Amino acid sequence: MTGFDWLFFTEVLVGGLLSGVMYSLVAIGFVLIYKTSGVLNFAQGAMLLFAALTFVSLTERGINFPLAFVITFAIMVALGIAIERAVLRPLVNKPPITLFMATLGLSYVLEGAAQLVWGTQVHGLDLGIEDLPFDIGGVFISQFDIFAAAVALGLVVALSLFFRYTRIGLGFRAVADDQFAALAVGLKLNWIWASVWAAAGLVALVAGLLWGARSGVQFSLSLIVLKALPVLVLGGFDSILGAIVGGLLVGATEKLAEVYIGEYFGGGIESWFAYAVALVFLLIRPAGLFGQKLVERV
Amino acid sequence: MTLALERIGPEERGSASRDKDVDAAAGRVALELSGVTLSFGGVQALQDIDLVVERGEIRAIIGPNGAGKSSLINIISGVYRADRGRVSINGQRFGRVPTERLARLGIARTFQNLALFKGLSVLDNVKTGLAYRHRASVLEQVIGVGRARREQEEARARSQAILDFLHLTDVGERLAGTLPYGLQKRVELARALVAEPDILLLDEPMAGMTATEKNELADFVRSARDRFGTTVVLIEHDIGVVMGLSDHVAVLDYGRKIADGTPGKVANDPKVIDAYLGVAPENEDGEGI
Amino acid sequence: MSVLLDTPASAPNLSRTPSLKTWVWPLIVLVVAFGLVPAFGTSYLFEGILLPFLALSLAGVGLNLLTGYAGQVSLGSAAFMAVGAFACFNFNLRVDGLPLFGSIILAGLTAAAVGLVFGLPSLRLRGFYLAVSTLAAQFFVQWALTKFSWFSNESASGVIDAPALTLFGFTFEGAVGRYYFALTIVTLLTFLAYRLVVSEVGRNFIAVRDNETAARIIGIPVLRTKLFAFAISSFIIGVAGVLWAFAYLRTVEPAGFNLDRSFQILFLIIIGGLATIRGAFYGAALIVVFPLILSRLGALVFGDLFDSGVLDMAQRIVLGALIILFLILEPDGLAALFARIREKIRGGFLRS
Repeated sequence: MTGFDWLFFTEVLVGGLLSGVMYSLVAIGFVLIYKTSGVLNFAQGAMLLFAALTFVSLTERGINFPLAFVITFAIMVALGIAIERAVLRPLVNKPPITLFMATLGLSYVLEGAAQLVWGTQVHGLDLGIEDLPFDIGGVFISQFDIFAAAVALGLVVALSLFFRYTRIGLGFRAVADDQFAALAVGLKLNWIWASVWAAAGLVALVAGLLWGARSGVQFSLSLIVLKALPVLVLGGFDSILGAIVGGLLVGATEKLAEVYIGEYFGGGIESWFAYAVALVFLLIRPAGLFGQKLVERV
Repeated sequence: MTLALERIGPEERGSASRDKDVDAAAGRVALELSGVTLSFGGVQALQDIDLVVERGEIRAIIGPNGAGKSSLINIISGVYRADRGRVSINGQRFGRVPTERLARLGIARTFQNLALFKGLSVLDNVKTGLAYRHRASVLEQVIGVGRARREQEEARARSQAILDFLHLTDVGERLAGTLPYGLQKRVELARALVAEPDILLLDEPMAGMTATEKNELADFVRSARDRFGTTVVLIEHDIGVVMGLSDHVAVLDYGRKIADGTPGKVANDPKVIDAYLGVAPENEDGEGI
Repeated sequence: MSVLLDTPASAPNLSRTPSLKTWVWPLIVLVVAFGLVPAFGTSYLFEGILLPFLALSLAGVGLNLLTGYAGQVSLGSAAFMAVGAFACFNFNLRVDGLPLFGSIILAGLTAAAVGLVFGLPSLRLRGFYLAVSTLAAQFFVQWALTKFSWFSNESASGVIDAPALTLFGFTFEGAVGRYYFALTIVTLLTFLAYRLVVSEVGRNFIAVRDNETAARIIGIPVLRTKLFAFAISSFIIGVAGVLWAFAYLRTVEPAGFNLDRSFQILFLIIIGGLATIRGAFYGAALIVVFPLILSRLGALVFGDLFDSGVLDMAQRIVLGALIILFLILEPDGLAALFARIREKIRGGFLRS
């Protein structure tokens, strides 16, 4: 075992897993909407940017943290309802790819609007958690990463409980299971979709704050969507568990690859490595991590 | 007609005797299924199905909704792989029928839910039924010379002839997706027939049609068989049309074959009456597994 | 099974024999483009509008073959433009005696080969999964071109400069010259694309798009058809990249072929009309012209408030909104809209 530094390896692995949690968090926003309405919402990244930018701009204007959070959340809910009304409802029954392209357009509108309103400069965001290394048995882990992972975990648990034990949650699951049946038993789809968008808005807000605190609140936040997509390809667009495991997998392999094989490629491989992992995995296992094998109906 | 057609119940067969049958019947048997079994998760869609279809006959497979008819046709056309059992096509035996070679094996099929190419004209839809035998390179096609030109002229002539045969000439230039349902079904038949297949599989060709349309289609199927010598395997849940049209009828219920024989014989089989006539025969909702 | 893309209600009728009439309009357009425009155009018209319009139109034609006709959504078009541009640069630089025409063809073939590789997932993946996997091409190509300075002949940050544009002994110089160069290539490849979509391969593209399972069962070689769609589409997009780099910008870096460019090309075929050749031209015209109009309009209405930063954001918003509006109101794009207007005018004439 000469030469191989297991402690260092563990450090890299844990660091990767923790940043993977952040990917999962973004991916879950996608899953919520995909599961209930079959839309792959490319604008999730733009929503994240929009939320973080709104929050930061509010705090910069002297509004305290909890109030800013509440106001931003309210804005995200309003935004979600508006999107459902203005974009998705007119496109109901259109092929999924059409809806996807509409969300591409939506992401342009949101990115433009967020920056037109709040400006394009980079905003710092301090959540009061210092990014200090933390010693666990000789392995150094970022305190902020642990905090972010804990928040993400908390959000996932909260969402799961919400889905399992509330009436709205039951509605969510019914719609995800069978839209037509849900409609037939009198569930109000529009209302459920609007609340799904609101929930996705909450996820976007939390993810936006965590990512924003890490790297500054700026346009590039919107590009996090590109990190979440390979996670979704890996875990399946409709599986929360898939989003979590996929995020961990992508986070871990990405960090490990960057550290151990990145130098052979001259570095910078993180822009495409997650996609390569997802593609190779899918070529071996087309159904994804947890996906069911679909039976072709003709 | 022949004994082979009247085998009933799974317990009477052993695979050794089957093979002998295959050899003896290879010439006049177009399609044979032996011991075909399929399940989805816990649901047994097909259990140990044997079926012998003679060359040139019209063979109906009927059964109530969920009896496994569509699964059967999907196994014959290679969309599904049987868990157990074999399919022989013109004496060639397969565990899974290779879908991409289906046309070359002489099999064409239609689909229960319309599967036309909506963005193509009716004539172009029919032409696609001949694509499998075309050899022209892309370059020849783009320049429009040589083989490509010959192939396309032939495809056009053949497709036009089939459209005439099925009384679709007037709608040849229309986009397939814009036609009424009954006509779309007929275009599917045209697309399947244009290659003059040995075996034609029809998956509920009459579902959703009016009585007149059904009779019309039955006439078309019959004259197609007479004209091209095509063996027809027809899936239906409407007993009425099938009885007049087919030479033999096999009945499925809960994934098992419960009867097989001439229409008259099957119609009087108490098992069939039990299993089938309890179900409203006019039920026209889409079904399938 | 689900059909991913909307089928245009007004798809071209492929079986119709080309009558005289189908040739009249393209001919008029060509006469105007080759004869009249250079006589009257200003250099701003060529540099600022027509050259980017031609390059983007060609890219749109290429993507439309893949996405509009064959139904495979790609989000990585800019990558294939980049491959074309950098391949042409390198063939021209490194192969002695190879005429530019040869470099362009080899560049197209290189783009086709890369497209083929990134099209392989289409054999296993469909719909969103495929769309997302085409992003791999986008990021990988951009990374490779930036990372390995060999591709840009060791220039800083991967910038490449255009060589002289010489075709068959004739050198195209100045804005008008480059316009002729681009126009010639676009005309040739558009004609090729047109011939392709009316041939059997084009029919197979649509069959695979509309119902893949049925296509496979009736014996259309689905896998070959998909891969060919990726290859030919990438070929054309690659050549469009050459035009973008050499005829329009003259100096490019890999960052110029970013994800926004890919989206721009996807947007222009949605706006112009999926599964139409002319749609790519309509869409490209709109995409090129609308920012110019927007900036004039903005300056007029808001005065100094409308600076370049605001313009950028306003462009994004308007472009995004346009996409959504088109998808809702005119999913078959400008091509269908114009066709309807033409019908109306003709109907009006007949009535009077």
